[in-house]
Amino acid sequence: MKTKSVMIVGVGGQGSLLASKLLGRLLVDEGYDVKVSEVHGMSQRGGSVVTYVRFGDKVYSPIVTEGEADLIIAFEKLEAARYAKYLKTEGRIVVNTQQIDPMPVIIGAAQYPTGVLEELTAKGLSVDAMDALELARQAGSAKAVNIVLMGRAAKYFDIPYERWIAAIENTVAPKFVEMNKVAFDLGYRA
Amino acid sequence: MKKLLIGNQAVAAGLYDGGLQVVSSYPGTPSTEITEFLAKYDDIHSEWAPNEKVACEVAFGASLAGARSACAMKHVGLNVAADPLFTLSYTGVNGGLVICVADDPAMHSSQNEQDSRHYAMAAKVPMLEPSDSAEAYAFSKAAFQLSEQYDTPVLLRMCTRIAHSQSIVEVGQREDAPVKEYVKNPQKYIMMPGNAIQRHPIVEQRTEALRKLAENCEFNTVELLSDEVGVITSGCSYLYVKEALGDSVSVLKIGMPYPLPTQLIKDFAAKVKKLYVIEELDPVIETHVRALGIDVVGKDVFSLLGEFSQKTVADAFGKEAKATVSADSAIPGRPPMMCAGCPHRGLFYTLAKNKITALGDIGCYTLGAVPPLNALDSTLCMGASVSGLHGFNLARGAESEGKSVAVIGDSTFMHSGMTGLVNVAYNATNSTVIILDNSITGMTGHQQNPTTGYNIKGDPAAKVDLEALCRALGINRVRVVDPYDLKACDTVIKEELAAEEPSVIISRRPCVLLKSVKTLPPLTVDPDKCKSCKRCMTLGCPAISMKDGKAVVDATLCVGCGVCKQLCAFDAIL
Repeated sequence: MKTKSVMIVGVGGQGSLLASKLLGRLLVDEGYDVKVSEVHGMSQRGGSVVTYVRFGDKVYSPIVTEGEADLIIAFEKLEAARYAKYLKTEGRIVVNTQQIDPMPVIIGAAQYPTGVLEELTAKGLSVDAMDALELARQAGSAKAVNIVLMGRAAKYFDIPYERWIAAIENTVAPKFVEMNKVAFDLGYRA
Repeated sequence: MKKLLIGNQAVAAGLYDGGLQVVSSYPGTPSTEITEFLAKYDDIHSEWAPNEKVACEVAFGASLAGARSACAMKHVGLNVAADPLFTLSYTGVNGGLVICVADDPAMHSSQNEQDSRHYAMAAKVPMLEPSDSAEAYAFSKAAFQLSEQYDTPVLLRMCTRIAHSQSIVEVGQREDAPVKEYVKNPQKYIMMPGNAIQRHPIVEQRTEALRKLAENCEFNTVELLSDEVGVITSGCSYLYVKEALGDSVSVLKIGMPYPLPTQLIKDFAAKVKKLYVIEELDPVIETHVRALGIDVVGKDVFSLLGEFSQKTVADAFGKEAKATVSADSAIPGRPPMMCAGCPHRGLFYTLAKNKITALGDIGCYTLGAVPPLNALDSTLCMGASVSGLHGFNLARGAESEGKSVAVIGDSTFMHSGMTGLVNVAYNATNSTVIILDNSITGMTGHQQNPTTGYNIKGDPAAKVDLEALCRALGINRVRVVDPYDLKACDTVIKEELAAEEPSVIISRRPCVLLKSVKTLPPLTVDPDKCKSCKRCMTLGCPAISMKDGKAVVDATLCVGCGVCKQLCAFDAIL
């Protein structure tokens, strides 16, 4: 199989690490060669964070460059717009419609752009937008945004539902497994 | 067993399976996880040392005693450990000794972009460089044998992409490497001139032997796939070459960047019509190849700056750029910032408000430099705030002494701030040093240090008494202040700047992200009382923003620290 490229983008603290851990584990269990790349450090302090996940028969580079991603899972709107250029023109973005203002916007040095998702759709990208925060709250914790979005993104992988659930059981701390299974299901069915 | 491991975890597994007994390190992105993962093994000794020099010397001592030992650090950490490194090259080892060093091209979390391969050349010690986690495991394990066989410390070079990328590793078994016999050997281990002069030729002979090894070893591999184009590459650049060019070019992959092979390169060059060297940062391999009289395409095309990618390689080989779609809207940046409730904020606010010159240091608090606080004047290296302030005050005199401070974290103070403070007292400038004591090494992800009272395993340990330490170093005036108390911060800073002798202010409150810290309920803004003065906005707290002309507090981010409440003249924040 030709190598597939996925990006998970968001804001430091939103839980992209767990999402990439889940996806990485699942893909290894499915028998693929897998590489996952993220940058630790400064990015944890509320900065923009990006994780690359690549899988196939043989994966060389751990990173994704412009025009290469088959799927972007964006935990926040502005981050979806920031990384849209990494998407293949026929690729897809799953995006949480949550807005988190970055510091330049908070202090009035910049504007949070309006209608960016509509703009990307108008340009021909497949944008799958959802209010993951609301579903995460329904599942029992605002922190489950990451797993809600993975549930939604799961529809675009050729991997059965049960395999995802098994990966959640293998990745998430035992006391959060049930809540995350609910979150995943809400995302999957949304 | 097949496991998906980040490069650093693979290094840890490799060192462990290679028979490691003792590891001592100082945290530093992107190297930190090597030692964190090693700390999970209970049958070896692991520790956080106060700095990389100490760590490297601990590894030396353990090696001298006959144990396989290691230390890990970031690239700039090797500057600190360079002193032991250069002479370790002369003494060689008893138990194998591996020094792991992680470079940070593109400076994801660093103050410079130095290339550690120069250290291998300068210190004349072999260096290994893996290109993925499987190699990180294999090379780390093999490094001990190399070290003992050639009687040399071995440098293992990582970079951010390899250190923090996960790939599949087949993990093996731990090799049994009992502590070797220790035999007193002054000629080998006492590096005074008469002995060192005898050791230098041994170093040169060893390098010659390693050069021969480089011609035919598991670390340097050749893929002959084309007689048109050949690429000499190493580390993650190898991955980008394979990704972009597949099997269309021949590749000489260098896994041992020092010493480099000669005949292997000549033979490879002779088999292709056009030769490239693709390496991140400095032209280390390229310079060697050119010195052999071989013409190559190298830094004339590939940048000296930053990280590469498959796109870097594809562009250089004239491949068509991939089609992209992007938003036309301006996308504001999202820089990292101090967290909501960060104890550093109140202190930096006070410095900024009083227009105080602040020489900064390395840690989370470097973020005090960014808008809207803009509270720092310099950041150079670990410890430079304290010694730099002394020099600054020497140059500018009493006027400067009354309005300049150094700010340094607790861990950084232990690392190399203490010596600077001794100098302040001993050579007598009226300097004011602020120790930002948040009870943890923050930026690298919460590592214990000698001021926290806990060791790497989280077990209770001797705790440095910072106040007593500063007094013992010759500072009479030592004050402690709570950075959440703006009025106290203002008073103490003004008093200590006005004092007629050097002083230390310890700004003490634990990092708000520590699990042991209990946060308070989020604050709210009474929109009727808010006069839209935006004074609270000058804090640069990510939890506060203006909506429809009124301040609002994001309840999901606010930890109730109450610093903004002290600024509000209208009691609108509740």
